[in-house]
Amino acid sequence: MPELIELSAGDLHRKLMAGDVTARQIVERYLDRIEQIDGRVGAFNTVTAEAALDKAADIDDRLDKGEAVGPLAGVPIALKDNLCTRGVPTTCSSRILEHFVPPYDATVVERLQRADAVLIGKTNLDEFAMGSTTEASAFATTANPWDLSRVPGGSSGGSAAAVAAGLAPLALGSDTGGSIRQPAAFCGVTGLKPTYGRVSRYGLIAYASSLDQIGTFSRDPRDAALLLEVIAGHDPRDSTSAQEPVPDYSAELEKDVAGVKVGLPREYLAEGIAPDVEAAVRAAADTCRGLGAEVIDISLPHTEYAVATYYIIGTAEASSNLARFDGIHYGRRAAGKMDVDELYSRSRSEGLGDEVKRRIMLGTFALSAGYYDAYYLKALKVRRLIKKDFDDALAGVDCILAPVAPTVAYKQGEMIDDPLALYLADIYTSATNLAGLPAIAFNAGTGEGGLPVGVQLMGRPFEESGLLRLAHAFREATDHHLARPNLTED
Amino acid sequence: MTRITTDTVEQVADLSKLILSDEELAGFQEQLDKIIGYFEVLNSLDTTGVEPLAHPLDLRNVFRQDTVEDSAPREDALANAPDKTDEAYKVPVVIESS
Repeated sequence: MPELIELSAGDLHRKLMAGDVTARQIVERYLDRIEQIDGRVGAFNTVTAEAALDKAADIDDRLDKGEAVGPLAGVPIALKDNLCTRGVPTTCSSRILEHFVPPYDATVVERLQRADAVLIGKTNLDEFAMGSTTEASAFATTANPWDLSRVPGGSSGGSAAAVAAGLAPLALGSDTGGSIRQPAAFCGVTGLKPTYGRVSRYGLIAYASSLDQIGTFSRDPRDAALLLEVIAGHDPRDSTSAQEPVPDYSAELEKDVAGVKVGLPREYLAEGIAPDVEAAVRAAADTCRGLGAEVIDISLPHTEYAVATYYIIGTAEASSNLARFDGIHYGRRAAGKMDVDELYSRSRSEGLGDEVKRRIMLGTFALSAGYYDAYYLKALKVRRLIKKDFDDALAGVDCILAPVAPTVAYKQGEMIDDPLALYLADIYTSATNLAGLPAIAFNAGTGEGGLPVGVQLMGRPFEESGLLRLAHAFREATDHHLARPNLTED
Repeated sequence: MTRITTDTVEQVADLSKLILSDEELAGFQEQLDKIIGYFEVLNSLDTTGVEPLAHPLDLRNVFRQDTVEDSAPREDALANAPDKTDEAYKVPVVIESS
C-alpha cells in the first residue's frame, strides 16, 4: 500500500471506501507521525487523539454495517485554534483564552463532523490571528517544515505547517489580510481564501468581521475543492453568509482553461518584490500561456494604499470585537480584590499579548473622537477605490495572477521587532480582503535557500471554481508539488 | 502630521481598557507613532465625493421569524466563567449598599 501520508484527502477517502484501509489505520498513522514530527515543527496546540480514534472507530463500524458515510469519511483534518470546537480547548493562542472550552461547534466544524472528517487537533496561530509569522502566539513558535529556523508565515502558520509536514492532509485557517495565503506560500501548500460570505463565520472567533473568511489548506487544488464543497454555503447563524448556491467544485475542476484571460498587475511586480518571487510569478505566467490562457498586463492603481487601509479598518474592527474579553464571562480574570473597571483592565492587560494590544490601540485611536474622519472614514473611502480597481480589472480578465508575499519565509526573530515592516509585507494580500474577493495561493517554485515560493490567483466574487481550475491545470503542468520538506521520522 | 505622544497613548490605552507599564508605554509610543505616521499615506489621495465602503458585499437586512428556540443551557453558558454561582456570573460589587 502506498504510504498513507503521501495520499491526497480524496485518495485517502477512496481507499477507505474501497476497503483497502480502515479509518483507524489512517488516523493511527497520522497520530504516529504527529508524535514523531511535531516536537520539531510545533504545528499543534492540541492533538485530539482520543476523539479522533473514536470517530475513526465509528466510521469503520458504520462501513462494516454497510451504512452511509460522509464525503470526507476517514480524512484527518487540523483546525486553526480560533475555530470553536465543542469540548475541545479553543485558545486563539492567547493567555486570555488559555483554558476556554467552547460550549458549541463552529458551523464549519459541524459541517466537517457531518461529512465524517476526523478532527485530529487544533493548530497554532498568531494570537487572535494578528500577525504573519505565528511568532505572536502566546504559547510556542511554529517552525517552517522546509527550514526549521524559519517561520511558517501566519497567522494560520500551524495549519500550513501541519499540511506541509504531512501531519494532516487537510486543515482550515482564516484569512483577514492574507493569513491563509501567506503561510500557504511560505510552506509550499495550497491555501484557498474563499469569497467573503462563502463560508459561515459562525464560531470563528472574530478579529475583523468585514474581512475575516475561513478557508482551506491542502496539498493540491483538488483537495481544496473537495473541502470547500463541504464547508461552503448559507448559514442562518451568520447573516453575512451568502445565499449563492454552492457549485460542484470538484467537477468544475476538470474543465478546460484554454482562452482564460489572466491579468498580471504591474503594481504587484514593482519595487519591493524579491527577484526569486518575481521570477516565480513570471514563470507562472508563462505556464498559464502554455495552458492556452491569455496573459494581459493590467493595473490596480490603488495598490500602494492597501496596507494602510487594511490596518486602519482591521484594527478598528478588532478594537470593537476584542472588547468582549473582559474577564467576566469566560477567559482569564485578574486575581485580587478590585473594582469592576480595574478588573476589566487588569484581566485584559495580563491576558493579551503585545501585538494584540498594539492593534486594539491602533483601532481605538482610528475610531476615537477627533481622529475618526481622518483615519477610519478616510480608509473606508479608499476601500471603495481599491474595490473599484478590482471591479474594473476583473471586467476585462477572468482572474489576476500575483505574488503572495514579497519574499520567501523569514528567519525566526528576523521581523518580530519591527511591526511596521511586517505590516508592509501584506501588500499583495490585504487588498483582496478589502474587496472581499476569492484567492488561491499555491506553490510555484523554489526560491532563496531552497524555500517554496507561492503565487496567487484572485477572482471575481463567488468564482472560486475558475481559480481552482487554473490552479489545478497549473499543478498538472508543473512538478513543483512533488517537492517535500526533509523531515525524517525518529 | 499627527504626532503620537505618550499622552495620546495613555488616553488610547485607557479607552482600550489596557494598563501599560512605563516601559510598555515608551515602546508603544514609538511604534504607534511610526505606524500612524505611515497611515498618513492615505492623505495623498483625493477622496472627495467617494462613498465610504464598510463592507465588501451588497448586504441587506436579514429577517427571520421570531420563533422560540432552545438556547444554551445555563450550565454550558457558565462553564467557562472564572467566578460564578450556580446560576450567575460573579463580579466585584458595582453599587455599594448604603
